[in-house]
Formats: sequence, C-alpha cells, structure tokens
Amino acid sequence: MYVAVKGGEKAIRNAHRLLAEVRRGDLGVPELSVAQIKEQMSLAVDRVMTEGSLYDRDLAALAIKQARGDLVEAIFLLRAFRTTLARFAISTPIDTSKMKAQRRISATYKDLPGGQVLGPTFDYTHRLLDFALMAEGEVPEVEKMDASDVAMPRVTDMLDHEGLIEREIVDDEAPIADLTREPLDFPAERNLRLQNLARGDEGFLLAMGYSTQRGYGNSHPFAGEIRMGEVEIEIVPEELGFAISIGDIFVTECEMVNQFKGSATEAPKFTRGYGLAFGEAERKAMAMALVDRAMRARELGEEIKAPAQDEEFVLYHSDNVEASGFVQHLKLPHYVDFQGDLEMVRNLRAEQKQTELKMAGE
Amino acid sequence: MSHAQTLEGYNFAYLDEQTKRMIRWAILKAIAVPGYQVPFGSREMPLPYGWGTGGIQVTASIIGQDDTLKVIDQGADDTTNAVSIRHFFARTTGVKTTERTESATLIQTRHRIPERPLQEGQVLVYQVPIPEPLRWLEPRETETRKMHALAEYGVMHVKLYEDIARFGRIATSYAYPVMVNGRYLMSPSPIPKFDNPKMDNMPALQLFGAGREKRIYAIPPYTKVESLDFDDHPFEVQKWDDCCALCGAQDSYLDEVIIDDAGGRMFVCSDTDYCEDRRAQGHYGPLGQAAE
Repeated sequence: MYVAVKGGEKAIRNAHRLLAEVRRGDLGVPELSVAQIKEQMSLAVDRVMTEGSLYDRDLAALAIKQARGDLVEAIFLLRAFRTTLARFAISTPIDTSKMKAQRRISATYKDLPGGQVLGPTFDYTHRLLDFALMAEGEVPEVEKMDASDVAMPRVTDMLDHEGLIEREIVDDEAPIADLTREPLDFPAERNLRLQNLARGDEGFLLAMGYSTQRGYGNSHPFAGEIRMGEVEIEIVPEELGFAISIGDIFVTECEMVNQFKGSATEAPKFTRGYGLAFGEAERKAMAMALVDRAMRARELGEEIKAPAQDEEFVLYHSDNVEASGFVQHLKLPHYVDFQGDLEMVRNLRAEQKQTELKMAGE
Repeated sequence: MSHAQTLEGYNFAYLDEQTKRMIRWAILKAIAVPGYQVPFGSREMPLPYGWGTGGIQVTASIIGQDDTLKVIDQGADDTTNAVSIRHFFARTTGVKTTERTESATLIQTRHRIPERPLQEGQVLVYQVPIPEPLRWLEPRETETRKMHALAEYGVMHVKLYEDIARFGRIATSYAYPVMVNGRYLMSPSPIPKFDNPKMDNMPALQLFGAGREKRIYAIPPYTKVESLDFDDHPFEVQKWDDCCALCGAQDSYLDEVIIDDAGGRMFVCSDTDYCEDRRAQGHYGPLGQAAE
C-alpha cells in the first residue's frame, strides 16, 4: 500500500554496481588504462588538472577513467581529493619569462625576438575526420627545434619599455587571497579574481569572454602573447631560507593587450588581461584573459554594464563543481516543499472559484 | 546500527583537524551572534554542492566518537540522500547511527524539523541551499550584507504585503523568513512554514551550514525566533483535512502520495520515525495497521 521509496540503501548499492558495469562497457574491448588516458587524452587531463586545481597527471587521468570521460565529474573527483591534502608550502611566483616554451605566438607583431613558434596546435588544421585514426597508425617523424635555449622576451615587456602599456606593479610580499581556504569576499581584488578564473569552468569563461567581443563590455583585445611550456616551481623552506626547485610544471599563459582610451587624468595606453592554466589549455587561458580584463572595469573607472564586467556575477557562477552540484540537486526529493506549494495553490484556486461563483450569483 | 569498519586513509569524519577547528570557530561566532551568517572557508566535499555539503561539514566538525547520528531528508531516514550521508559518516567515523529522534545526539536534516520535540543536549544541523533570506529580493551579496548590517528589512515586509494585496494571504509556504533574537532576518532553510514555530525557544542547538555559499549560522538553545507577519494577517501554518493514512496523526506534516492514475491519493507522515513510533503505540489510520 505504502508506495514511497523504501530501501534506499539497497537501491543505491545496486545503482553503483550498475555504474561500474556500464563504465567498463563491452568486456570484449580491452580496458582503458590510466596511462593511456594520460598519454593520449592529454588535453582532457590538462583541463581536469586546471579546474580541479591539482597538478597531478596520474590522478587526473584516473578521475577521467572513473568519471567515464565526464570531465566536470572528473574535476569534482579531483577537487574532493585535493581538499584532503596537507599544505606543505607555498611556492614562490613562477617566472614564465624563463619558460622552456614549446609554443609561443604573438598576434601583435609579425616577428619578434625569440620568434613565433607554433608548436603542437590544432590551428590551421582542416577539421576533417581522419579516418586513418580508426585503425592504429604510425606517427610521422617530426623535425623539432630546441626552443628552450632561445631567449623569448615578453611582448608586454617590450610595450612597457615604450610606456605604451600600463605598468604592472608586482609586490611579491603582499598577502594574497586564498580561495580554497577563505570564502569569496567583495570587492574582490585581482589576485582573488584570477584564482577564481583559473579554477573556473572553461565553457563558462569562453562564453563570458566571447560576450565581451560581441559588445557586452567591449575591451578591444589583441592576443599580445600566448606561450606554453615548462616552468620551474620553487619553494623557500623555512629551515633553509633560500629557494629550491621542487620540479617543473607545464603551463599555458596568455597576455591580452587591450585598448584604453584614457581618462581626464591618464593618457591613452594599453591595458592587460591575464590568463594562466595548467598544461596545454589555450582556449581557457585566452578566455580567462578576456574576462580578467573585463572585470578590471571598476579599477580602471569604466562603466560596469555588461555581465562579464560584473565581478559578483562572474565569480559566483564560474565554478562548475558548485554549479553542477546545485543544478543537479534538483533531482533530490523536494516533496515537503512541493506539498506546501500544492496546499497553497489549491487554497488560492478554491478561493478564486468561490469569488467567481459569488460574482456569477450577484 | 554500528559500523566498525571505517574508511582507511582519511581522518575521523573526513575533514582534517585544522579545517574542523576553522569551522568550529565559525560555529562559535554564529552561536554568539544568533541568525548572523558567518562566512567560512567551505571545503570541497566528496558529495556534490547542493546535496548537503554545508550540513556535512558542520556535522563533521562537531561529531565525536560518543555521538549517535540521525540523518533525515524530507523528514524520512530512508530517502536516498539521507541514506548516502548517513553511510558517509558511518564510513568515516564509525559512530552509532539511529533512526530514532529521541536516541540521537546529532541530527542532520534537509527540509524538516522532526515532529518529536528536541531536547537539551541535542544538536540539529540543517543543510542550507541559499542562506540569504533577502536573495530573491536582492541578488547582490554586497547589498544584502549592508541590509543586514543596518537591519534594513523593509523590502521583506513589502514583499509579504504584496502577497497579501495580490493573493489575500502570504504566499510563502516554505523557507518562510524568521527574525532571530529580534535582530537578524534569517532563512530557516526550505523547511515548510509548518516547522517554523518549532524553532522558537527550542531547547536544542540549531546549526545551519551552507557549503556552496560558504556560510554558517546558528540559533542557540532557548532563543526567540519569530516568523514575520502583520497584526491583521498573523502567521499561520499548513493544515490538512486528512490525517496520516498509516498512523492517524492529525498533528504532523503530511506528504501526499499518489496511489493510482485516477487521482487517488493518500496522506502519510513526512516524519517516518514519528509515524512508526505512533504505530508502535497502537495508533493507526484508515489504511494502516497497528504494529504487532
């Protein structure tokens, strides 16, 4: 008689067993290894590391396997693991000007010191399905140049020499916010905003960045420079008092150069937007740089009228672990609240009917 | 129910001790300023945001080995998410769990307050999706914080008044705003307004955790909690013409259950423990049987 769900425990257990079975798929097909994901799905691994805020290729690959390739779910898995880790040290800022760059391009200069280096890119490929990949194939031999020894000064530094771009005053001693330990607070300063964007959902940032190009907070961007490659991570252990290297990480950095018409007190100059992501994540880094610049409206005295310029709007909605959880919580039972609304709508309708009957009777 | 086997490689109750201490600080501040939303460094949990991460973090920070935990969702212990959260704590703490309201020292809830009055020494932890009672009237956190600081709650009264002007009554049936200790406007979380009076002067400690929104707030024991209303439109709770089909209760919040595709329905207690308890005492409704 009583039809409400009973035995939730058994149902959950069975559902999870079914999930494991579906994850594995056809047993006649060899199982995907974590190493294969790491090596051959490397851009998925990069995205999961970036938005999961944890630089660990093996764990990111494991998360992708466990999540059946659902990257937002994999990001969630990695975040939930990350939260249990102890914090040993805080690294010194990475120096991307010393990057061993695998790719480096600038859209603002035809040629520049260090040169334009395309690296492994989808750019200029024709997006035609390559049916040869349906079979296992050989990889063509590639002639590689060793770019690591060539000096690659930053485009923004070159503009800076001429005083054409805003000065970036860096104070490495100033305290920085920590989004993973403190809740968001407003007004949010740039270091906090950038942290949020770095963890933010690529799709969300892409759309927000795109909107700035379509007139919702136009910031006239140029891709000043995009570079990707390995940088050294250094920490200063308290007992040593000097920096030691603990390893290299691969990052993608984008510096956007944006027009600024100047104000009553300031001469016209270029302004900056910054993007940084783990691994090869060019789309993410570029979108991030656009949104970073748009959100600097307050600091630059620009009128805030577009969504991408609105820091509360952007920062509160960029995190896909938060967004995915809250959107999907609608699957949870809401029958107590729904019952409250049912009762009220019934009452309101009954009253309206009464009134109508009374009116008709008069 | 006791669970001897706990999850290896994780701290007691999942969170590390520093995080628990940070959350306890936030809880203490929340208790000191009843109804005030304290920002805290909410962590990612292995359950999704919106599924009780705030309540889980609060519970994880205060649970001890001697506690007995009850977890309910929609008033019931056997709804899937309640099962999942209870299982999470059983795995990460090994503490005793119970479905009996009176046996629990710690009750984590979503959307309900148990029918059986809570006692001194018990703690009720609410899962909160949107902690800000003014959020639907003002989407900006920077603004709502100012409104709380200045106790500027006129907009909420205007909203309730507009309901009356339009519908002849206040059309909020859950998450009905309350004034705590005469100072802070507070969202009771989406409990039905039926439960609001239970919050007033409750002997148990009430803690509210919003994980995604990173806020904790509290109502200390024996604190005045008033549901907003007007002199000529006093606060009212839901009433049913029916009683519980299983236990015959007329004083409990009822869930509507559709029993066929011809509009047939019955009503049953949303609080499963209350219902079972009544049946154990020999009460029964039109469709139920007295327990043996």
